[in-house]
Amino acid sequence: MGRVVLVTGISRDIGRRFARAATGDPSIDRVIGVDAVPPRGDIGDVSFVRADIRNPVIAKVIAKEDVDTVVHMSVIATPGSAGGRGTMKELNVIGSMQLLAACQKSATVERLVVKSTTTVYGSGPRDPAMFTEDMGPKRLPSSGYAKDVYEIEGYVRGFARRRPDVDVTMIRAANVVGPHVSSPLTNYFRLPVIPRVLGFDPRLQLLHEDDLMRVLCHAATTGVPGTFNVAGDGVMTLSQAVRRLGTPSVSLPRFAVGRLGSTMRQARVSDFSPEQLGFLTYGRGVDTTRMRTVLGFEPQFTTAETFADFCQSIAPAVREGAGRA
Amino acid sequence: MPEEARRRDGDHAVVIPIGTGGRPGRGSGSARPSSAARNLAPTARKAASTKSSTKPATKPTTKTATKPSAKPATPAAGKKRARAGTSDEKVVPPPVDAEPTTADDTEQPSPGTGIPVGEWLAAAQDAAQEIFGADWERRLAELMAFVRRRLEGDYDVDDYGFDRELTERFFMAALRPIAEKWFRLEVRGLENIPAEGGALVVSNHSGTVPLDGLMTMLTVHDHTGRFLRPLGADLVFKLPLISSLARKGGATLACTEDAERMLSGGELVGVWPEGFKGIGKPFSERYKLQRFGRGGFVSAALRTGVPIIPLSLVGAEEIYPLVGNVPSLARLLGVPYIPITPFFPWLGPLGMVPLPSKWILEFGEPIRTDAYEPGEAEDPMLVFNVTDQVRETIQHTLFDLLRERGNAFG
Repeated sequence: MGRVVLVTGISRDIGRRFARAATGDPSIDRVIGVDAVPPRGDIGDVSFVRADIRNPVIAKVIAKEDVDTVVHMSVIATPGSAGGRGTMKELNVIGSMQLLAACQKSATVERLVVKSTTTVYGSGPRDPAMFTEDMGPKRLPSSGYAKDVYEIEGYVRGFARRRPDVDVTMIRAANVVGPHVSSPLTNYFRLPVIPRVLGFDPRLQLLHEDDLMRVLCHAATTGVPGTFNVAGDGVMTLSQAVRRLGTPSVSLPRFAVGRLGSTMRQARVSDFSPEQLGFLTYGRGVDTTRMRTVLGFEPQFTTAETFADFCQSIAPAVREGAGRA
Repeated sequence: MPEEARRRDGDHAVVIPIGTGGRPGRGSGSARPSSAARNLAPTARKAASTKSSTKPATKPTTKTATKPSAKPATPAAGKKRARAGTSDEKVVPPPVDAEPTTADDTEQPSPGTGIPVGEWLAAAQDAAQEIFGADWERRLAELMAFVRRRLEGDYDVDDYGFDRELTERFFMAALRPIAEKWFRLEVRGLENIPAEGGALVVSNHSGTVPLDGLMTMLTVHDHTGRFLRPLGADLVFKLPLISSLARKGGATLACTEDAERMLSGGELVGVWPEGFKGIGKPFSERYKLQRFGRGGFVSAALRTGVPIIPLSLVGAEEIYPLVGNVPSLARLLGVPYIPITPFFPWLGPLGMVPLPSKWILEFGEPIRTDAYEPGEAEDPMLVFNVTDQVRETIQHTLFDLLRERGNAFG
């Protein structure tokens, strides 16, 4: 008897692709995808249940399908795709709370895998070079995605305390980059001219999209409890990235980049949130020792390889549609 | 050669005024030839040097250059006459004067008219040899490869953002002459720096601008081949430009996590526990060590079991004698102090040139910490004692070195 996996946030590309990849895993029997809107692409053998995780229906789905593994990856990073910051916050925080409440009531759930992000550490001048899992942000995030993730992590920790019999794995993924990923960072690198913060050269650490799929599968099938940073080996600086990309860049003072970012957000060209600006100013690095020693996961791509793969995929697109951006 | 040419110009100018009728601006006899005359006269020189010129006025002269066997200046003068109408008077003298030079030109296009390509190449080779040494071709190729790698982003940085190549080839190369020629660094006790494994170099801090840190990094690298990884205050990582340079140069934030990570990674770490209290202290308090932070560096060394190497640095105090401060402006700008020295800001940029004091660096005997249990880092009394031991060692060495050095600029 294999596992029955419930995946939230299947309408988004990463969620859909993970669900499809999970159906191919021999130890997984069934994969049930849940989201408020139907997925846009091919979902293969995944059975889709249209349910909003913000209301208690989700508990019925879990009970009816005898779900034993829940993979929560419907934490969204950009208000643009959700239709405003208010909706985004509600989807992220209230949705996660409802899902956790449903899991807590369920008698069948044995594992919970939450896809979190290293954004939760924030970015600032007082950050250590490498964050370990035990560290928190130096300054609590005041708004946006980082705050949502910080709050969700708090609820997940609360859940783990209340249900010690459930193995809770929290994957803090570094910025996911890949040919198919549309995230604030990849959209930033797809700009025809890349704005940079004058006088700062942040360190970036990237995770390939395939490695994200693999680590989520790994966590869902092995069920090692704990919180893990997951990132490709090595770091690269933004100036290196821009040069390898071959895109022209322009350095502007920080406030000008912020202004430009908010203009671009309004024009829906790119999402340039305050935490994104902080990241592009100070950068961030995370320690991945525990990913290897405890979780037992080895990413296939280093940061440099991840970026090279990404460069290859966007190079022709940039040349053709520089005006489209 | 140019002087000769100019003299010839002058001769023409003397000749020009014949028949001008005193019209202003046209060869009125002044020492400076009119523009028309200048176009006319030095046929030979113009022919070579203005070949690329597209001004219509020079057309005649270029023509003369193309057919130098005929009487060169006459057609030019004819054209000129057509254009200028009246100023045809000195037609004859210039050709007489210019003829030999044009002949010269065709045979060996050299004096004053341009340098032959061969000589340019030779000069470039000499310059390359002067700059890169005997095997300049290889060195130049290396340099080009370096530039290409930099432009394509094809280099590695470590987890802290340390760019080894840039540091070695650029920062260190820029600092080396300052260290050797300006501050005349004298280094002692190099045998106290371990050849491998983690170690913590603890130094006094002075000089208004943290040049002492840079010089220490350079010294350690030049003499031992290891890179000293400095721990910087958080202000360093807040400032634009400075922050990115610091990370590329190998620095990281002075916090327990980073210090322990670097030390356990086997790096040679440099720390200046006095911080801004040290570099920003007035000149009157020179060589008096300030409080050594909270001893965080000692607990990091105790926890990782690496030796502490005290470094006493004499000389940095005199480079910018800090005699005043503007606390209100400093507060406004969010920096610890605004330095006023006898030369800055009074002399502007010139006041930013450090005074050429004589520097002595003495690395003291390592203080071993591996005898303590890692748990003893939690014992504040032990941490304070070791901190004091390091501080006293540096302070006494400083006094000894000062006595020995004598004149600060000697």
